[in-house]
Amino acid sequence: MVAIITNTDEVLASAEQGTSLWSDAWVRLRRNHLALAGLGILIFLAIVSLLTPWIAPYGYEAQNLALGATPPSWQHWFGTDIFGRDLLTRVMYGGRMSLMVGFVATGVALVIGVLWGTVAGYAGGRVDAVMMRLVDILYALPFMIFIILLMVVFGRSILLLFLAIGAVEWLTMARIVRGQVQNLRRQEFIEAAYSLGLSRWRIVRKHLIPNTLGPVIVYTTLTIPSVMLLEAFLSFLGLGVQPPESSWGLLINNGVETMEEYPWLLIFPGLALSITLFSLNFLGDGLRDALDPRTSKD
Amino acid sequence: MLKFFFTRLLQAIPVLLVVITVTFFLVRLAPGGPFDAEKAVPPEVLKALEANYRLDLPVWQQYTSYVGDLVTGDFGPSFRYPGRSVNELIMAGLPASAELGLYALLVALVIGTLAGIIASLRPNTAQDYIPMSTAMIGICMPSFLLGPLLVLVFGIWLDWLPISGWGDMPGDKILPSITMGAGYAAYIARLSRGGMLEVLSQDYIRTARAKGLPERVIIFKHALRGGLIPVIAFLGPAFAGLLSGSFVVETIFQIPGLGRFFVQAAFNRDYTMIMGTTVFFAFLIVLFNLLSDVIAVWINPRLRHQAQGGH
Repeated sequence: MVAIITNTDEVLASAEQGTSLWSDAWVRLRRNHLALAGLGILIFLAIVSLLTPWIAPYGYEAQNLALGATPPSWQHWFGTDIFGRDLLTRVMYGGRMSLMVGFVATGVALVIGVLWGTVAGYAGGRVDAVMMRLVDILYALPFMIFIILLMVVFGRSILLLFLAIGAVEWLTMARIVRGQVQNLRRQEFIEAAYSLGLSRWRIVRKHLIPNTLGPVIVYTTLTIPSVMLLEAFLSFLGLGVQPPESSWGLLINNGVETMEEYPWLLIFPGLALSITLFSLNFLGDGLRDALDPRTSKD
Repeated sequence: MLKFFFTRLLQAIPVLLVVITVTFFLVRLAPGGPFDAEKAVPPEVLKALEANYRLDLPVWQQYTSYVGDLVTGDFGPSFRYPGRSVNELIMAGLPASAELGLYALLVALVIGTLAGIIASLRPNTAQDYIPMSTAMIGICMPSFLLGPLLVLVFGIWLDWLPISGWGDMPGDKILPSITMGAGYAAYIARLSRGGMLEVLSQDYIRTARAKGLPERVIIFKHALRGGLIPVIAFLGPAFAGLLSGSFVVETIFQIPGLGRFFVQAAFNRDYTMIMGTTVFFAFLIVLFNLLSDVIAVWINPRLRHQAQGGH
């Protein structure tokens, strides 16, 4: 169970707190170079996104019609589009939107899924059966089509996009958490807490939810890329983020229209999206290996 | 086995009902009627139109008659293309979509399982890392990016293959099939690698080796059957994904298929067409999930036993 500890700091740290799941997982994660690289890239992207309004080389709305589309140069690292707008600036702002959709929609899914799964798993019996049956039915629905339908029927607002995507992605989370809670519920420390007279809500909050965190974190890291992909997909079809807002999916869509003459308009936003998805997936896989050693890679 | 099949079949009915109901009322909630045009339509014409599409009835009657029509396989008339039924439009788009889906699935299965098997034979060597890193790229590269890039490289720069169309020019089916299959090839590679690794470490494989069977027989006759179970379980969900993939791929390559019709119907607010295609897609997805479940049980003796034992 105890990971091989290689340097003295780690020995001291583990002596102080015992080898908790977290320090154990961190040691294991640190050995996975791909996952660490992914984490590094993500931190970099998050910082860049947060600071975009201050560090972007040009203004978001700055145009230079006389300049037009130019290939990458020292003034414009990613080139410019047909309106003479700096592509690096647009990719940075687009990334803000893509990452925001990824994190917010995953957050929505996380909250619904964890609550639903915990209640179902803890209540058990008929409540559990009804709740999970509902999840089963929803699971079988063609959600991609429903999201498109929602965007068509209620207009294309970003808020709706968050809700729609979040509403789709909570299902797996609910299943994972429910399984976990069901397992935990039968264990002695929960029974002990119960016989000590702790309230139900306190048991759920203090003992059940923290113990489900491992799989939840892993699944969250794997949900973010699928959410971002969904947003990019919808924006690519013209059903997601609308101009003047921008996202990587929208930039790719615009890039495709002119890729024959100006291929950089497709390649840079595409690279940005791919690298982000790559990093998230590697980090997710790494976390899965580190936090949840029982489940194999596939 | 039969009992399991029918239980699963019965479970599919509420799913379809939910799809139909949600779709129906969602579309009714949409602001603006289907006949809101720039030019005002004379009231008597509007009335005739509404009677024709049964919009003059109370909503619940519209609903029951719609469900009734669906049971007989009638998806109703199209709002946007007068005189054509949704059935006709679906049938017009289905052949191209089905063919594209089939080719994509073939690409995915052949490349995916081969890569997975190759990687599983020498785990944690270059023979494992190279196909699996390629697979990771395949997973992270969405089809709406891969498609245009393939067009750019093979269609425009190298000028080897046609850049759009379906069945108009020789070779114009290659790029769409690869675009759509690549992501699934990657998933299948990972799944089959995982499945094979697990099977190859089992005792019966060691027994087969001890008997002195040639490696070829061990892999293809003994290991493959167990090793590919995760792949078969994945085929149902993959099919659903292939459908949504068809929205993008058919739009990029201008293929006259169902996916493109659906996206166009969404933009045109052709409500009966949206409802029709949604229900049709849902039906297909439910059907294929059912099939892949049944096949998975049939191929895996352990699950088969469970299904027979009731649980």
